[in-house]
Amino acid sequence: MIKVQNLTKAFGPKIAVNDISFSVEKGEVLGFLGPNGAGKSTTMRMVTGFIPPSGGTIRVGSFDVAQNPIEAKRLVGYLPENAPLYTDMTVYGFLSFAAEIRGLTGEAKKKAVFRSVELCFLENVLHQSIDTLSKGYRHRTCFAQAIIHDPQVLIMDEPTDGLDPNQKHEVRTLIRRMGEKKAIIFSTHILEEVEAACTRAIIIDRGRIVANGTPDELKQKGETAGAICVRLPGVPAAVATQKLGQIPQARKVQVLKEADSSVLVRVFPQARTANGELARSVFALAVAESWKLEELHTEEGRLDEVFRTITLPDTTKEVK
Amino acid sequence: MNALNNIKSIAKRELTGYFASPVAYVFIVIFLLLTGFFTFMVGGFFERGDASLMAFFLWHPWLYLFLVPAVGMRLWSEERRLGTMELLLTMPITSWQAIVGKFLASWLFLLLALVLTFPVVVTVKYLGSPDMGVIICGYVGSVLLAGGYLSISCMTSSLTRNQVVSFILSVVVCLFLILAGWPPVTRMLEEWAPAWLVQSVANFSVMTHFDAFQKGVLDSRDVLFFLLVIGFSLFSTSVILRSHRAG
Repeated sequence: MIKVQNLTKAFGPKIAVNDISFSVEKGEVLGFLGPNGAGKSTTMRMVTGFIPPSGGTIRVGSFDVAQNPIEAKRLVGYLPENAPLYTDMTVYGFLSFAAEIRGLTGEAKKKAVFRSVELCFLENVLHQSIDTLSKGYRHRTCFAQAIIHDPQVLIMDEPTDGLDPNQKHEVRTLIRRMGEKKAIIFSTHILEEVEAACTRAIIIDRGRIVANGTPDELKQKGETAGAICVRLPGVPAAVATQKLGQIPQARKVQVLKEADSSVLVRVFPQARTANGELARSVFALAVAESWKLEELHTEEGRLDEVFRTITLPDTTKEVK
Repeated sequence: MNALNNIKSIAKRELTGYFASPVAYVFIVIFLLLTGFFTFMVGGFFERGDASLMAFFLWHPWLYLFLVPAVGMRLWSEERRLGTMELLLTMPITSWQAIVGKFLASWLFLLLALVLTFPVVVTVKYLGSPDMGVIICGYVGSVLLAGGYLSISCMTSSLTRNQVVSFILSVVVCLFLILAGWPPVTRMLEEWAPAWLVQSVANFSVMTHFDAFQKGVLDSRDVLFFLLVIGFSLFSTSVILRSHRAG
């Protein structure tokens, strides 16, 4: 549905988006991750046709955004960053306007407005002026605008920004549900959101794609992915470290927690250790040494760790 | 057909926006009070002993100088400030449709304010037997004049997200368009500049072109002048908006 090729955007001498290519098919939810100023919003603005790219092509459906902007925009629903709204209108007035612009009239318009009002839980504020709404309601109003024409492509810039945990959960559920039939791109800073709602994630840093894969694949890139955690009661930390370090598949042993009664140790695998092999060896060692095992599990790796290792915070200076 | 529908939807939204806030009512009341004050107190409507609306239309270029930018200053600066421009221009419309729709809405609003001055016409009709042709012609000129100013405000509002800056810029440009053909200024110019130069500068002025309407002369060149001002300003608006988006 969305095909982006060699997309580049320069603002004067500053390159905001540098040669990005990706595609999103129907039934996919693509999460955009990246530090602030990485080029997420700029990319989305180009895909929605708000700003023209400096180079590269964007296709939405069968339309090129640069050549057939109107046709391409028809297929897209867009929730911009900070959910901008015409504050002098009522929720109903605003949604009717959005529906009209999308070419809906009469019964169809009414139906579309009520459908998205229902999806976004806006019944209570339908005839309230937008400038009296709380942030959560404003966000949902803008969200309702984006889905009013049941678009095939949905693009959302930080859709859960500023919502409370319950609302965040609602929005994620909604995204996942709609993702079954649409092509969705959304950006976020919240990594758990990626695991909760995305089928695929792209990490962007300083205008470039630095990682692209399913949330599980990305987690594999983490340092702790595949490490084994064991809790051993009554074993001194030094002994545990030494013995575990002798396992051939172990690269490094780290003591996580040391108490009088037990020790919690993390064993990192060698580079090419098959799944489960290290766990078996640790277990075998424990049996041989007659250690009592209180806990043994394989770590999945954490997205925030991956995120930190492959992106640079904007506080570090760029090294040329 | 589609384009017309889009323009209509945008204009409708803009107009409801005006009336949802007190701005519209405050504007209309102030406009009517000021026109009344200038016509009857300053313009000496009764002392003229003349069944015409000369005293009424005479003040329009000056009144509009402040009132029209007050209506037009928010057109695009507000969209930029709130970020709704991103919403509007990612909808399946062209930026032309958005510009024209918003412009027409505020022009229509000014037209409404002007229609509400009908008691002046009633008064003059009651007191004497005025030439209705001249009055209608004056109104046509006034509408065009408002449209010209408004299109300039539209352009200046696309330059900035600050409404105050937009207002001041717009007043300055409109003031220039008045002064270029205002008799005291042209007389001053005549003292040192060649006649052809004075004439061509004056031709850029709204005064020169509005004058004919007041006298009841409906000249296609004057109509064309205002339409060109509107066309040029709206075109500039589209260029400015595009360059903002391109970064």
